[in-house]
Amino acid sequence: MSRILVDPTSERSPGVRQRVARPSSLDGLTVGLLDITKARGDVFLDRLADLLAERGLTVRRYAKPTFTKPAPVDLRHEIATQCDVVIEALAD
Amino acid sequence: MDVDLPDGVTAIVNDHCPTCALVAPVLDALAATGHLAVVREDDDAGLELAWRLGVDTVPTLVRGQGGAEVERIVGWHRGQWESLIGVTGLGADLPDQRPGCGSYVVDPGRASQLAVRFGGSVIRSRRIEVAELEDEIEAAYDRGWSDGLPVVPPTEIRVMRMLDGTTRAPDEIVAVIPPDLVECTVEKVAVNAVLAGCRPEYLPVVLTAVEAACTDEFNAHGLLATTYFSGPVVMVNGPVRQAIGMNSGVNALGQGNRANATIGRALQLVIRNVGGGRPGEVDRATLGNPGKYTFCFAEDEEGSPWEALSVERGLPPGQSAVTLFAGEGVRGVVDQLSRDPESLARSFAACLRTVAHPKLPMAFDAVLVVSPEHGRVFREAGWSKARLREELDSLLLLDGAELIKGAGGMTEGIPEGLAGVQLPKFRPGGLLIVHAGGGAGLFSAIIGGWASGAVGSQPVTREVGT
Repeated sequence: MSRILVDPTSERSPGVRQRVARPSSLDGLTVGLLDITKARGDVFLDRLADLLAERGLTVRRYAKPTFTKPAPVDLRHEIATQCDVVIEALAD
Repeated sequence: MDVDLPDGVTAIVNDHCPTCALVAPVLDALAATGHLAVVREDDDAGLELAWRLGVDTVPTLVRGQGGAEVERIVGWHRGQWESLIGVTGLGADLPDQRPGCGSYVVDPGRASQLAVRFGGSVIRSRRIEVAELEDEIEAAYDRGWSDGLPVVPPTEIRVMRMLDGTTRAPDEIVAVIPPDLVECTVEKVAVNAVLAGCRPEYLPVVLTAVEAACTDEFNAHGLLATTYFSGPVVMVNGPVRQAIGMNSGVNALGQGNRANATIGRALQLVIRNVGGGRPGEVDRATLGNPGKYTFCFAEDEEGSPWEALSVERGLPPGQSAVTLFAGEGVRGVVDQLSRDPESLARSFAACLRTVAHPKLPMAFDAVLVVSPEHGRVFREAGWSKARLREELDSLLLLDGAELIKGAGGMTEGIPEGLAGVQLPKFRPGGLLIVHAGGGAGLFSAIIGGWASGAVGSQPVTREVGT
């Protein structure tokens, strides 16, 4: 279960932290593939996983419980701590 | 508070109360005949009702009418119960009366928990969700809320408890915080006081420190932005010192006392988190000083040979007060041999002259912290604080010839045209004298200031409210 903290700041910055800059190369990085669970998104991600694995990259797979809601904070934290970059697939 | 109280009589009890157990057969019988409803605080619904009614004792009987409470009886009292319920002969085998027990609602620390749980929270700040596997203290670091040391995670319950420390409304504006010039509410100060590790009873002192710091005279913006060493120093006078357990004795300027440590830190965290004042950004200090984590202490008024700092600065004796000073680090004054005030004053003056640079007059204020063993020398000689000031003023009237550029082989100094004049080391009002420290040690301390007066910072004294 997630926990709630009260923001001590002026709230001028977004509550959700900014994304890190894109790396110039994927060499040696761990790539997360996030399936938002829209139909056939997995087909696209399966192919991407194959291509990334052929390049010797570590690939980890994740899925949102439902495409209708933002990813739960626990899932975002899991991806952020386990991966260097993430590819999120939208398909229909 | 909104209460949806059913019409008729409701009895509020809990499972840990002997009086409730005593009257349980009476209540069971009355419930069976429809004369009242029994609500247990051990159930969530019962606890919520007890909280909404502000019940502090069980058993409590309340009569509702049209959704509102019209009558209440606390504890067991046969006559009162019979009158309220309209039935006679209750509990014939029981004593006539028996006081009740404490409600769960008034368990220590429970009120804020229930306020959050049952929707009574007054907190308006944004909520930040932390993942289950995310460490709360690391989450605070990741979001930039820390001064470098771990902070206490500001949960809603902790913030609610902190707000209990003041009578001021959570949405009241305390000050406009530099450098971003953000209006800061009592609530935001409370959140940062939680981060800093304050207890709720420290909050009025923190609020006053924030107010004093964010005045035009004190100039917290310039103090933050300067390349100089200084940061806010918080000096506390009056009965609040004992009330919240501050240290004015052994190691008064050092570590180890929660109130001293966390009040100064809370002020700095407000400037960091609400004002947006962070090192390397608007804070451009070349070196800084460790007091920028926290620098707060109390004056030892009881052991002092003199009137308190706050009294000297115009407040009545016995009034709790905070004085803000823009200070750098602490430097020691060693004099283990002087037993007469003239000699000791000369030692003070010689050391005070070195504040910032021995050749720079009137540019920097200072606080002289006189220890008990040094204070005793002046007490025994009958020297008032004014007498000491007079002596120091005289000793610190410096010859321009010694101060000009190039004098003493040092380029630093004042313009050569001032060679023929005498200049005071400190501007009028620029030397504060306080009394603090442990009983052993013929040492006092100097806290040097920052650019003084209207062009920099002036000390500010404010009364501590509630």
